[in-house]
Amino acid sequence: MRVKVFISPRKGILDPQGRAVEQSLHTLGFESVANVKVGKYITLEVAAKSAADAREQAQRMCERLLANPNIEDFAFEVSE
Amino acid sequence: MKWGVVRFPGSLDDSDSLYALRDVMGQDATMLWHKDATLDGVECVLLPGGFSYGDYLRAGAIARFSPIMRSVEKFASDGGLVIGTCNGFQILCEAHLLPGALTRNRSLSFICEEIHVRVENARTPFTRAMRQGDVLKLPIKHGEGLYVAREAELLQMEERGQVILRYCDADGRDSEDANPNGSTRAIAAVANDRFNVFGMMPHPEHAVEAMLGSTDGLGIFRSIASRS
Repeated sequence: MRVKVFISPRKGILDPQGRAVEQSLHTLGFESVANVKVGKYITLEVAAKSAADAREQAQRMCERLLANPNIEDFAFEVSE
Repeated sequence: MKWGVVRFPGSLDDSDSLYALRDVMGQDATMLWHKDATLDGVECVLLPGGFSYGDYLRAGAIARFSPIMRSVEKFASDGGLVIGTCNGFQILCEAHLLPGALTRNRSLSFICEEIHVRVENARTPFTRAMRQGDVLKLPIKHGEGLYVAREAELLQMEERGQVILRYCDADGRDSEDANPNGSTRAIAAVANDRFNVFGMMPHPEHAVEAMLGSTDGLGIFRSIASRS
């Protein structure tokens, strides 16, 4: 199974990278841009009996290592 | 007191920490390897600064699962003294031995400079040789030192006195300019709620001899050593 993991700064947590990118986009004339967040995108393959099993493994990986729940939110997608 | 300095792959301040403890402080200090399973009977564990595991994923996120960290966690839960400086502070947060987290500096740049911090709580094993309100001149050198924690957690920490050092100007006054990395509430060092685990972003081990520009780091080490 393939797993795509998306990690982003938790709402309310300072994201200096996102803020710098947002300011730069404004400078380039993209005045309509707001709420830029810079996160991480991780792909991995996992041996799993089913999609549910892969999701369960991904959840634990995110909670234990891939994301820091103090400062980050995570989401993932599982596919064959 | 017997100290153990943990060397992770990518640690930088391990030798300086050992030097500060052994040569300057005259303490019994030994180097511990990250793959060691035991702590060799030490009474205080020091996690040094550096870039353990290249800061991959998040600073401290990989080191926190090093074999020795199981022993460090057990040691801490039994009440043993643990101090983390810079990357060591990041590792302790990742290991949930300390509240909160350290993220990218507000400026997005790596900062290497001398700063000042004020002792906010001198009734801890890490600050007892100093007085509340004392101002220390110490160096910082980090890219990810912006301290964050949930608001409710911060309020609780302030109430319990877990905020141990706060960035300030040379006269000990609060000012935005004196907060080098944009840390929430200008927090530079915190302790856990049992006050046996302590993390600080500034480097006490680089401020132990006059020729280094400051000897204020000794206050931290003397506090810990005074326990024995």
